[in-house]
Amino acid sequence: MVALSDYLTVGAILFGLSMAGIFVNRKNVIILLMCIELMLLAVNINFIAFSYYLSDTAGQIFVFFILTVAAAEAAIGLAILVVLFRNRGTINVDELGTLKG
Amino acid sequence: MNFETPDFLPVVPELFVLGMACLILVVDLFLSDRSRVVTYLMSQATLVGALVVTLGLSSPIAQVTMNGTFVLDPMATLLKSVVYIASFVAFLYAKDYLRARSLFKGEFFLLGLFAVLGMMVLISAHSMLTVYLGLELMSLSLYAMVALQRNSATASEAAMKYFILGAMASAMLLYGMSMLYGATGTLDLGELGARVQGAGPSSLVLVFGLVFLIVGIAFKLGAVPFHMWVPDVYHGAPTAVTLFVSSAPKLAAFAMLMRLLVDGLPGLHGHWQDMLILLAVLSVALGNVLAIAQANIKRLLAYSGISHVGFLLMGVLAGTPEGYAAGMYYAIAYVIMTLGGFGMVILMSRAGFEADRLEDYKGLNERSPWFALMMLILMFSMAGVPPFLGFWAKLAVLEAVVSIDLIWVAVVAVVFSVIGAFYYLRVVKYMYFDKPEDEHSLVAGSDLRFLLSANGLAVLGLGIFPGSLLALCASAIG
Amino acid sequence: MENLEAITLAIVLAPLFGSVIAGLFGGKIGRSGAHSVTILGVGIAFVLSLTLFLQALSGDIGSINQSIYTWMISDGIRFEIGFLIDRLSTMMMVVVTFVSLMVHIYTVGYMADDEHNWPDDSLAGKNSYQRFFSYISLFTFSMLMLVMSNNFLQLFFGWEAVGLVSYLLIGFWATRESAVYANLKAFLVNRVGDFGFILGIGAVLMYFNTLDYQAVFNTVEMHQDVTVSIWGDSEWSLITVICILLFIGAMGKSAQVPLHVWLPDSMEGPTPISALIHAATMVTAGIFMVARMSPLYELSETALSMILIIGAITAFFMGLLGLVQNDIKRVVAYSTLSQLGYMTVALGASAYAAGMFHLMTHAFFKALLFLGAGSVIIAMHHDQDMRNMGGLRKYMPITWITTLIGSLALIGAPFFSGFYSKDSIIEAVGHSQLPGSDIAYIAVLLGVFVTALYSFRMYFLVFHGKARMDEHTREHLHETPRVVTWPLILLAIPSVFAGALFVDSMAFGDFFREAIVVAPAHDTLGALAGDFHGWFTFGLHGFVTAPFWLAAAGVATAYLLYMKFTHVPTMLKEKFGWLYAILDRKYGFDDFYEWFFAGGSRGIGNALWRFGDVKLIDGLMINGSALAVGWFASVMRYVQSGYLYHYAFAMILGLLALFGLFVI
Repeated sequence: MVALSDYLTVGAILFGLSMAGIFVNRKNVIILLMCIELMLLAVNINFIAFSYYLSDTAGQIFVFFILTVAAAEAAIGLAILVVLFRNRGTINVDELGTLKG
Repeated sequence: MNFETPDFLPVVPELFVLGMACLILVVDLFLSDRSRVVTYLMSQATLVGALVVTLGLSSPIAQVTMNGTFVLDPMATLLKSVVYIASFVAFLYAKDYLRARSLFKGEFFLLGLFAVLGMMVLISAHSMLTVYLGLELMSLSLYAMVALQRNSATASEAAMKYFILGAMASAMLLYGMSMLYGATGTLDLGELGARVQGAGPSSLVLVFGLVFLIVGIAFKLGAVPFHMWVPDVYHGAPTAVTLFVSSAPKLAAFAMLMRLLVDGLPGLHGHWQDMLILLAVLSVALGNVLAIAQANIKRLLAYSGISHVGFLLMGVLAGTPEGYAAGMYYAIAYVIMTLGGFGMVILMSRAGFEADRLEDYKGLNERSPWFALMMLILMFSMAGVPPFLGFWAKLAVLEAVVSIDLIWVAVVAVVFSVIGAFYYLRVVKYMYFDKPEDEHSLVAGSDLRFLLSANGLAVLGLGIFPGSLLALCASAIG
Repeated sequence: MENLEAITLAIVLAPLFGSVIAGLFGGKIGRSGAHSVTILGVGIAFVLSLTLFLQALSGDIGSINQSIYTWMISDGIRFEIGFLIDRLSTMMMVVVTFVSLMVHIYTVGYMADDEHNWPDDSLAGKNSYQRFFSYISLFTFSMLMLVMSNNFLQLFFGWEAVGLVSYLLIGFWATRESAVYANLKAFLVNRVGDFGFILGIGAVLMYFNTLDYQAVFNTVEMHQDVTVSIWGDSEWSLITVICILLFIGAMGKSAQVPLHVWLPDSMEGPTPISALIHAATMVTAGIFMVARMSPLYELSETALSMILIIGAITAFFMGLLGLVQNDIKRVVAYSTLSQLGYMTVALGASAYAAGMFHLMTHAFFKALLFLGAGSVIIAMHHDQDMRNMGGLRKYMPITWITTLIGSLALIGAPFFSGFYSKDSIIEAVGHSQLPGSDIAYIAVLLGVFVTALYSFRMYFLVFHGKARMDEHTREHLHETPRVVTWPLILLAIPSVFAGALFVDSMAFGDFFREAIVVAPAHDTLGALAGDFHGWFTFGLHGFVTAPFWLAAAGVATAYLLYMKFTHVPTMLKEKFGWLYAILDRKYGFDDFYEWFFAGGSRGIGNALWRFGDVKLIDGLMINGSALAVGWFASVMRYVQSGYLYHYAFAMILGLLALFGLFVI
C-alpha cells in the first residue's frame, strides 16, 4: 500500500527539482519551459493523490483543467520563445539581461 | 446524479464579453488594416455594454451560482465596473500609439478583451478552480500582449521573463491550492472558509499551503520580493501594453487577494496578516527607494507601482471591513493614477520617440502648460500630497493600520513615502524648471487629450470630494 | 445721517479702487489711464473728506462711531471693521488726502522718465510708472483705514499696510542695491516697533477684553490701579505698560530715537513718496495714535515723561545731524526727524492738540520742502548733492519762492504756519510739570536755532551763491513742468495760512472736543489759553520771544557761513574734527546696530548655520539620508540584475523566508 505521504513526497521532490531547475539552469530557455511543465505535473500528482484519498472527484477535475491550461501555456511560451529567437538570435538565459536596474 | 441547470443570470456579463470577443475575432479576420478601427470600436462597445449589463445586474446580496464556483456580489460589481472603465481608457489611450507603430491590429484588443474576461472570472471566483482559470486566462493574454511588438527585442525579452516567472508563480499558487484541497477536501472558497475554521488555525498543512498562495498573489500584485518582473515588463513592453498591464490587472489581483484570503481563509488571518505586513513594508520601502535611482519613467512608474501595492496591502492586512474598503479604495485610486501616468507617456510619445526617459519631460510646461499641470496633479497625487486623490487613499490605509495598533507600519510607510516624494517632485522640477530638450509639439488626437484631461481632473476632483468613492468602496465591502 | 456710511466707505474705497485698477491692469490702461484713475480716486476721497471736515467744523455732525462689518467673533471678542469720524480723524483725512492728491499730481511729472532709472532689460522696470501710482493710492487707502479706525485691529491693519507700502516704495527701484538695503532696514527696524505695538494691543485685549476704542476708553478708569508683574516681583501699572508698549510702536513708525535709523535711508525711494509717506503722513501715524489714545496716556505720567524725553532727544540731536548732510533729501529727512521729535514732545507735555496742530502744518510745509527738493532734483538730472548746486534761484523761480516759504514755515518765522504750531509746543513744554520737562524745554529751544541753521544752509547752498554744477547740467537748467510746480504752489498756500487760521481753535480752543482727553493737572495748553488773544497778537508777540531770536540767529549764522565766509565751514570741520566725525557717523547708531544687532545676529546665524544647518541638518540629516538612500538604491539595483535566474531565485528566497518566519 502506497501511503498518501509517499505521493506527496514525490510531488514535493518534483516541485523542488523544477524550482531548482529554473534558477540553476543558465543555458537554455526551453529547459525553463520544461521545468514549468514539471512543476504543474508535481501539482497534478498532489491533486490526484488527495482526490483519491479523499474520495472526491473535484481534485481530478482540477487536474484536467491544469493539463489543458498547461497546453495553452506551453503554446504561448513557445510562441514567445520564437519571437525572442527571431529578435535575438539566441535563447540563452545568460544573454537575456538587457532590461535591468 | 441529477443535473441542475445553474442560474445563468449572474454570469451574463462574462457570457456577453466572451460572445463579443469571439464575434470580434471572426469579424477581425475579414477586416483590412484600414478598417481596423471597427475592431477597436466593437471592443470599446463591448466594454460599455458589459458595464451596462453589470450595473443592471447589481444587487446588494451575493448570488452564488454555477455549482458554487461563481459569485456575484457588490464587490464584484464595483471591481468589474472599474475594470471595464480602466480597460476602456487604456484602449483609447493605446489607439494612437499603436497606429503610429503599426501595431494597430485586432490582436491587441482581442487579447485585451480576453484578459478582461479573465479578470471578470477572477473577480467573481468562488472556487479555487475559477480563481486559477480566471488568473490563467488573464495572464496568458497579458504575456501575449507584452510580446505583441514582434520586432522589438526588449518586448520579447520582457515577455519571456514575464512568462517564465508568471508561470512559476501560478505553479506555486497551484501547489498551495493542492495543499489546501488536501487539508480540507474542498475547492469551494465558502466551504473552505468554514472547514478551516473547524480545523483550527494551527494546522501546519494549511499554513504551508497559505504561504504558496501568498506567493502567487504577491507575484500578481508585484509585491516585494516577488516584484522583479514588474520594472522589466513595464519597461520592455510597448507603452500601450504597459498601460493596460499596470492598470486593470491590479484590480483583479486585489480581487484574488480578497477572494482567497478574506473569503477563503479568514480563519488564518493571524498568519496571513504577518506575511502581508512583511510584504507591505518591503514593498513600500524598496519600491520608493529603487524608484529614486531610475532614469526611465516607465521603470519609475513601475517601482512607484510596487510601493503603491505595499500601501494597498496595508489596507487588507488590517482585517477589518474599513481596511478592506481602504485597500479597494487604494487599488482604484492607483488604477486611476497609473492610467493617467502612462497616458502622459503616450501623449508625449510619437512615432520613433518613446518619451520614456525622465529628461524627455524637461520643460514640458513651456511646450504644453495644460498637460504639465495634469502631470503635476498626477505626480502630486501619487506622492500623496493633499488635496489630491492619492492623499486620501494613503490616509485611508494608514487609518486602517493605525486602527489595529500597527503604528510602526504606518510610520515606516510615511517615512518612505516622504522619500518617495523626491522622485515624483523631480519630474515636476524637470517639467517646470528645466529647459525643454525636445521642441516638437505634442501629437495626439483630441479624444486622447480630452480623456487625459478628464483623467487628471478626476484625480483632483476625487481628491477634493473624497467621500463618494470611499463610501462606494465601503458599501461594496458591506 | 443716512448716507454717512456710504460717504466714509467711498472715501476709503475710492483710492483702493484706483490702486487695484492701476496695479492689475496697468499694462492695459497705459500711463495716462493709471494716473487718471488714481488721481480721480484720491480726488474723490479728498473732496468727500473735506466735506466731512467742514461738516464737523460747522457742527452738523458730531462724533460718529459705527462698525460696518463684523469680520469674525471669537471667544466673545468681536473683530470688526468700523469708522470713528470725529474732528481728529476728519482733520487727518483732509491732511492725508490733500497731500496725497498733490503728490499724485506731482508724480506725473516726477516719474515721467522713470524708465531711465531701470536697467534696459529689467522686467520690474516694465510699467513701473503705473505700479508707482498703484502703490501710492494703496498707501492712501491704508492710511485712511488707519486714521478712520474705531478699533485696535483695524488700526493695526492700517499700521502694517502703510508699513508694507512704505517698504515697497523705499525699495521701488529694486535693481539698486542701496534701495533694497534701505527697505530691508526699514522693515527690520519697524519690526522692533511693531513687536511692542502688537504686545500693547495684546495687553489691551487681555485686560479690557475688547478692541473697540470707545469700550476701552469707557472702562479705562477701572483699570487705573491694576498692576502687572513683568518679571520678578516688580509691579508695573497696567496702563503704563500698555502705553509704553504702544509708544514703542509709535517710535518705530514715527522714527524716534533709537528706532529712527531707517528714516534717513528711506530717502532711497522716489521723492514723491518721501514727501507723502516719510514726511507728511505715515511717519505721523505714531503721533496720531498717541493722540487718539490720550485717555490712556493721561493716566500714566511715567509714559508721558518717557515720551517727553525721547521726543526732546530726537528733536535736538537729529536736527544737529542735518547740519552735516550734503544730500538735499537727507537734510530734509533729518529735519523731518527733528520735527517729529517736536510733535512727540508735545504729546509728552499733554499738549496733544498742539502736537496734532504741528502735525498738520508740518505735513504741508514738509511735503512742500520735499517736493521742492524733488523739483530741484529733476532739474539737476537726479543729482542730489548740494555741493553741486547753487544759484538755482534764477533758473527756477517758482521752486525757489515756494521752498523759501516752506523753509520760513519750518523755522517758525512769525505768521507762517510753523510758527504757530511750534511756538505753542514750546510754550506748552515750558509749562509742563512732568519730570524731564526742563531738559525738554531747553532741547526744543536750542532746536529752533539748529532748525534755522540747517534749513537755511540748504536754502543758501541750493538757491544762492555760485552755480557749482557742470556745464552740461547748467545749460539744461529750467523750471520744472506745471504738474510739478502747481502742487508746490498749492502746498505753499496752507504752509503760510494754515497756522493763523487754526491756531485759535486747534491749539488753544476746543477744536478736538471729546476726541482728545487731557487731565486737568496736565492741561498745559489750557494754561496758555488765558494769555492767547488771537492770531495776530500772537504773531506780533512772536517777534519778542526767545525762539524768534534763536531762529534769526540761525538764519544769520547760515548766511555768514555759507554765503559770506564760505571757507569757515571747512575750517570748522577741520578744527572740530571729532565733533564732525560724531555727527557724520550719526552718533554711531548705525554702526552700533550694524555691529551689535546685525553683526550679532549674523554671528549667531552663522554659527547655527555652520554647525546646525550645514553639519547637522544638511550634512547629517538631509544629505546624509539622501546619500544613504541613494547608495542603498544603487546597491539594490544590482539585485535587479536582469537575469531570469536571479529573479526566480529571489522569489524562492522570498518563499523560503515566508516559511522560515511564519511556518516553522
